Amino acid sequence: MDAIILQILNGLDKGSAYALIALGLTLIFGTLGVVNFAHGALFMIGAFCAVTLNKLLSLSYMVEDPTRTDFLGKPLQVATPYVHGWFGEATGEALIDWSVPLAILFSIPVMIAVGFIMERGLIKHFYKRPHADQILVTFGLAIVLQELIKSFYGANPIPTPAPEVFRGSFDFGVMLGFDPNAIIYPYWRMVYFAFSALIIGAVFAFLRFTTFGMVVRAGMADRETVGLLGINIDKRFTIMFGLAAAVAGVAGVMYAPINSPNYHMGMDFLVLSFVVVVVGGMGSLPGAVLAGFMLGILEAFASMNQVKAIIPGIDQIIIYLIAIIIILTRPRGLMGKKGVMEE
Amino acid sequence: MLGLNKKDTLLFWIVAALALLAPFILNPFPEGSSLAQMFNAGYPDLMQRFVIFGILVIGFNILFGLTGYLSFGHAAFLGIGSYSAVWMFKLVGMNVIPAILLAMIVSGVFALLIGYISLRRSGIYFSILTLAIAQMCYNLAYSVLGNPSSNFNLTNGETGLQLSLDDARILGESVTAEGALPVTNFFGLAMRSSYQMDVGGWLFTFNAGYYLSAIIMLVSFYVSIRIFRSPFGLMLRAVKSNQQRMNYTGLNTRPYILAAFVISGIYAGLAGGLLSSMDPLAGAERMHWTASGEIVIMAILGGVGTLIGPVLGAGFNEYFKNILSKINDNVLHDWLGFLPDGFENLLVGFLHYFVGKGWHLTLGIMFMLVIIFLPGGLVQGGQRIARLFRRKKNSDETQQTPAE
Repeated sequence: MDAIILQILNGLDKGSAYALIALGLTLIFGTLGVVNFAHGALFMIGAFCAVTLNKLLSLSYMVEDPTRTDFLGKPLQVATPYVHGWFGEATGEALIDWSVPLAILFSIPVMIAVGFIMERGLIKHFYKRPHADQILVTFGLAIVLQELIKSFYGANPIPTPAPEVFRGSFDFGVMLGFDPNAIIYPYWRMVYFAFSALIIGAVFAFLRFTTFGMVVRAGMADRETVGLLGINIDKRFTIMFGLAAAVAGVAGVMYAPINSPNYHMGMDFLVLSFVVVVVGGMGSLPGAVLAGFMLGILEAFASMNQVKAIIPGIDQIIIYLIAIIIILTRPRGLMGKKGVMEE
Repeated sequence: MLGLNKKDTLLFWIVAALALLAPFILNPFPEGSSLAQMFNAGYPDLMQRFVIFGILVIGFNILFGLTGYLSFGHAAFLGIGSYSAVWMFKLVGMNVIPAILLAMIVSGVFALLIGYISLRRSGIYFSILTLAIAQMCYNLAYSVLGNPSSNFNLTNGETGLQLSLDDARILGESVTAEGALPVTNFFGLAMRSSYQMDVGGWLFTFNAGYYLSAIIMLVSFYVSIRIFRSPFGLMLRAVKSNQQRMNYTGLNTRPYILAAFVISGIYAGLAGGLLSSMDPLAGAERMHWTASGEIVIMAILGGVGTLIGPVLGAGFNEYFKNILSKINDNVLHDWLGFLPDGFENLLVGFLHYFVGKGWHLTLGIMFMLVIIFLPGGLVQGGQRIARLFRRKKNSDETQQTPAE
């Protein structure tokens, strides 16, 4: 029993990341009808926003510490981050410590700007072109973005720690009446899950309860009619693209402490997120979220040793297997609607 | 000739001449000069890659160019072909022909299976499905079927499948008399054997493996021309232009597309088998989805749906990859030495990101530019230039737009 709960918990954080990326993909797909192969790159840029902010805050200058000496007998040079000088030592240290959550604030404008530029500068010109061209140009863009990040940050993963308070682990076992240490779960993953639940809830609430969201939903159902009513639907769809980019970005920011960002993390997540979108049903937002969590948890279950003893290596392929089964039995995915992307 | 019309025959002979004279064409600079080090591409390893990737992209073009179905998982067949060929070398013998045949058969069977599943959907779904299935094959090859400690080690995981001295090799010898690994051969002619010709300052290398691959490439090219000109090819084009209408006329298009998918899978398997024949080593990275993306890039660069495009695209991609990755900061300083120092350093610092290890970036940008401005690839570019010249000669020629 405790092992099952542990696996569900383990699946939640990966599932959250899948769900957030798939949500953004579905938003873009539902509004603009474009399959965005560069969405994984947006996730990665988000993660690198966290890295950048961490580096910026840790920029330091050298100060001579007269009380200590180095091995040659000269006064010791101590690296002091600029923020220590500006805000005092305690506040400065706290700023550096909390750089990842702070990076959310930093990343949202960055990501919205990136999304705007992408949509207005590139994808806009591809609405009338075949789907294959849209896939290819976003794929090319993904390569370019990934290589740019690689040339500036290098090819190695960059560890980006979570704030000190969240670094430990929480013992669920004691709370639920199991042995101590039976179910240990890192705090940051709990934070990540709560955060993604919040974001998903916010996106749904935004679409459901605001006028803007209502117009966007109407545009998703029938773009032409909404346009005929005198609403500038293109502008709203562009804003939705920026929003989807921001969702992917903050998902990346928060994921940085779980998995040190490297330049190909976006591509790794992208393939799985596509599978998630297909399983959930193309164009269905609840489907994307449901499938994201479902596949994340199933993947965690498949990596249990007891399961692997029966079918070795199942954890590597389970997501793809499930996708194939779903496509063969329910071609529209779990919650796909009739008439959406039937082709 | 051979059932080709005049224009296609000419095209075929051009490609044949390019392929067979490649050792001369690709070595325009005398041996040992600095230009030769940078731009000469006439060494066997690279020339083999030219023609083998040519085969791969010709096959991909039969699927994508004719039917418009964009497969994002074609590298899986390349990898399957490579693994099958290496297994043939391990179990039966070092002759390349059985290995290539097995590679084609196995990849054909896989293509039938994968195509049957993924062709249930079209458009974007098809791309994502092929991508997912290929990625599953990669994971299978990389870890599941390649665990060196298990009894069922089909792919040898991260290290890659390679020959060893205690392989069975029923029809050959496990170890040569000298105690080394036997080499791949074509009925006794070793693939790595080369004849070198010294003419003046030039050194031309004629490699057995290259010529075998080149001849196979020409045969594949011929087959692809025949497919393009056949009623079957016409049917595939019809699917591309309007599948719905085809369905309304009561025609079941799926068997035709599946056939195209299997044919292009066999082409990819053939390319994989040839890669292994040149160097008997197969690794999972050949199946990774970035490799599939590279196949798409080559096809687009050359020109999708044209006969010569794939060959051009494959050659162009491999050649530039080779050159760009060879350029480093020193070379740049060397070239830009005539500029004022400060400007030179600035320019080198900027170009640094695009050459050497950063060649991926350049290719990515080039790919994007081609998609945006030249969807027909190099072939379309060539046609535009040709039209420009023709229009000057006779300005009243009206531009023809193809009927949709």
